[in-house]
Amino acid sequence: MKAFAQLFLSLDETNKTNEKVKVLKDYFTSVPDTDKMHMLALFTGRKPKRYINSTQIRTWAIEASNIPPWLFGESYQVVGDLAETMALLMPQTESTNEKNLTQWVAELNGLGNKTEEERKLWLMDSWATLDSQERFVFNKLLTGSFRVGVSQNLVIKALADITKLDAATLTHRIMGNWMPETYTYDQLVQESGASDDISRPYPFFLAYPVQETSDKNKSADEMQGLLGDADQWQAEWKWDGIRAQMIKRDGKIFIWSRGEDLATEKFPELHPFLNALPDGTVIDGEILSFQNGLPMPFNVLQTRIGRKNLSKKILEESPVAVIAYDCLEFKGGDIRSKTQTERREILEGLQAATDYPEIFRLSALINFSSWDELARIREQSRAMVAEGVMLKRKSAAYQVGRKRGDWWKWKIDPLSVDAVMIYAQKGHGRRADLYTDYTFAVWDGDKLVPFAKAYSGLTDAEINKVDYFIKRNTLEKFGPVRTVKPELVFEIGFEGINKSTRHKSGIALRFPRILRWRHDKPKEEADTLDSLRALLGE
Amino acid sequence: MAKKPLLEFTDRGIYCAQGKFYIDPWKPVDDAVITHAHADHAYWGHKHYLAHKLSREVLLYRLGEIQLQTVEYGEKVMKNGVQISLFPAGHVIGSAQIRVEYQGEVWVVSGDYKTEDDGISTPFEPVRCHHFIFECTFGMPVYQWKPQVQIFEDVNNWWRSNLHNGQATVIVGYSLGKAQRILQNLDLSIGKVYTHGVIENTNEALRRNGVLLNPTERITPESNKEEVSKGIILAPPSSVGTPWMRKFGPYSFGYCSGWMALRGAKRRRAADRGFVLSDHADWDGLISAIDATGCECVYLTHGYTATFTRYLNEIGFNAKEVHTLYGGEEEETAPTQPPPGGEEFEDPYANKKVSPTGGDLEGAGIS
Repeated sequence: MKAFAQLFLSLDETNKTNEKVKVLKDYFTSVPDTDKMHMLALFTGRKPKRYINSTQIRTWAIEASNIPPWLFGESYQVVGDLAETMALLMPQTESTNEKNLTQWVAELNGLGNKTEEERKLWLMDSWATLDSQERFVFNKLLTGSFRVGVSQNLVIKALADITKLDAATLTHRIMGNWMPETYTYDQLVQESGASDDISRPYPFFLAYPVQETSDKNKSADEMQGLLGDADQWQAEWKWDGIRAQMIKRDGKIFIWSRGEDLATEKFPELHPFLNALPDGTVIDGEILSFQNGLPMPFNVLQTRIGRKNLSKKILEESPVAVIAYDCLEFKGGDIRSKTQTERREILEGLQAATDYPEIFRLSALINFSSWDELARIREQSRAMVAEGVMLKRKSAAYQVGRKRGDWWKWKIDPLSVDAVMIYAQKGHGRRADLYTDYTFAVWDGDKLVPFAKAYSGLTDAEINKVDYFIKRNTLEKFGPVRTVKPELVFEIGFEGINKSTRHKSGIALRFPRILRWRHDKPKEEADTLDSLRALLGE
Repeated sequence: MAKKPLLEFTDRGIYCAQGKFYIDPWKPVDDAVITHAHADHAYWGHKHYLAHKLSREVLLYRLGEIQLQTVEYGEKVMKNGVQISLFPAGHVIGSAQIRVEYQGEVWVVSGDYKTEDDGISTPFEPVRCHHFIFECTFGMPVYQWKPQVQIFEDVNNWWRSNLHNGQATVIVGYSLGKAQRILQNLDLSIGKVYTHGVIENTNEALRRNGVLLNPTERITPESNKEEVSKGIILAPPSSVGTPWMRKFGPYSFGYCSGWMALRGAKRRRAADRGFVLSDHADWDGLISAIDATGCECVYLTHGYTATFTRYLNEIGFNAKEVHTLYGGEEEETAPTQPPPGGEEFEDPYANKKVSPTGGDLEGAGIS
């Protein structure tokens, strides 16, 4: 654990990419192979099973810290990270512990057949033998919230440097359904990857936004400048569903979401068409809810995502289908290096042969001959229940990760309203101890009705100013939430709007965020609930 | 009518009606007693100032020509029948707690303080009193300092490794207090110490006051960059990210502050290294300091006052929150930059006298 804790600390101590890679390489070359695989598992979101829930951890941590529970709660508000709060509050320890990462994870996984009393004893003992940095990392393991200031790309880069394998190959090999207990380092780095994991997906190719950082749109001329001639490009609607990779190999099917979650069981409607595909087929596409042959807004799909059990009612209310847009493997061969046009032909061939055309749909190509024309077509996105348009270079291979150049998303402008900030809460991580999470309201008569929360969109300097305002203009405190004097007005952007029975305002927004601070607007001039309802488009 | 308290909290500062003087007032008054020379405690514009001897030159440097009387620790001054005496607060050189006594009733205003002996400020000395007015900038149990020996071992090792990697070393801390504390604890066998003008001005003021500091060299446009990059550069927070800092070539920058105890704060500063070093008391230090006064009543002026007050009341003290402009309220203590109203002045003015309003906002909540 010492080496792993040191890795965490060293990564925290630098903002420079090269140094982070160096730190990662130092770690890889100094720990046993099993530790390497456990580290990779953790850094790619594969967490150990949790046998101690957060209520238990919290309760026992309060006991170990010897402070009243309310003070623990307030400390957490200040620190903004539970694992760190617990590490800071417990008394310093003199004893040490030589267990490595592999041993710790094994102990964690071994808690399954222990009683609650034994688990508590184990946890208290463990805390007592770790120093505060180790304890912090250990708590991260326990709570399963393992976000480090380092992207998977950097880990891959470090590993690629050491193993002399290329990054795309390694990215592919650490995808899918592996366990650090059984997938060995030797298997990972062998020269020709004879993968025995038939469920393994390919890394997703992700589009780059045309608008880049600004929310302001590009003209046809700018598109020409950015992308060249329109006839080099294939255009499709940008669907707002769940990006998924669907695999049929050796008579088995697998559905992977972009977050690398195996979601096969969540979409039973897709099983018949997948089972009917030829072995050695991998399709990339978007899963959406459909009704009467038309896609439904994302919030319909959202209602069934988090469910453990899919009831008959849910399956009836929100039946899904796939809009397929790419084929990555065909007849058992990896065809990612073929051109977009070639892969599209293969995909069309597969779709033409299906007995389930209502479930296995094709993402239609948009006919256009100029950027001007496409810009006009794009205006219909909302009517198509799409987020905008996707552009794919006809000659492009299917690449790994988010790459600038061959795949672009050209989203429509967000909808927006001007709203008044009424509640604020402190943020987490880098925003700990600063008020960064805000609730916004619009007018309903002479009352302000909350309708959205937003966390992003302001610069650090603006956040400081808003934080300063909040601390001086708090009307009431409810636990961590402050009621703020209604005064500051912000323009709130969002991708979609739907009716909701769960929200007081009767509406729910998709991707709300702050577009800008309206210093020029007094709160009286903020928008009304009626103006939001008008956007429902009914 | 109940008896008027000896010290009261007004919109100008802490006031003693009997003695007709203020302690650390933030609006101009006739008679001010100053705990220490940081800008949120020593404001410009009072007719008369009383402070500790070791604050003399820094106050004159920061506030210009003022009418200033200085005293030793323990020396008694009478004002309208009220006895005033200063006791060491251990916060920075020359910082004092103000003891006020009238007809057997004793009040103490701590100003900012820390309980660890930093080797250069006269160590904190608990003063028995009935009423104790004090700060709790770090009044949360997550703040627990390690002994400074350990911190400076880390600092010196970091300097060595930067030298080894061909990087310049920039260490950031407030110009009065933190800068000298760092200076006195660096391992000078590694190299020379170079200073930003703001810090060197303060060093010079302290030297005029007879304080013995390690040798330093002011950075000027004529400084040899290569030499400087082999030493360690002592810089104020305002210099972070400025062209001034970038001109020393590739550098690693370390930030010394109590706020560095939290990962979030460290990441916001985007410092290469955060050293947890504070001139304020940590959680245990705060509680032991209150305990040692044997006081009946505690008043919390700034820091995490709401939380700390509640805790003190739970463990049997009679504690109250009061509103002052020192550091401000609870969370303002940890902004990413000093609150509006003044910043540490920038390089171009480093060799000039400070304007009355643009003081170096040391300790304005951040340390």
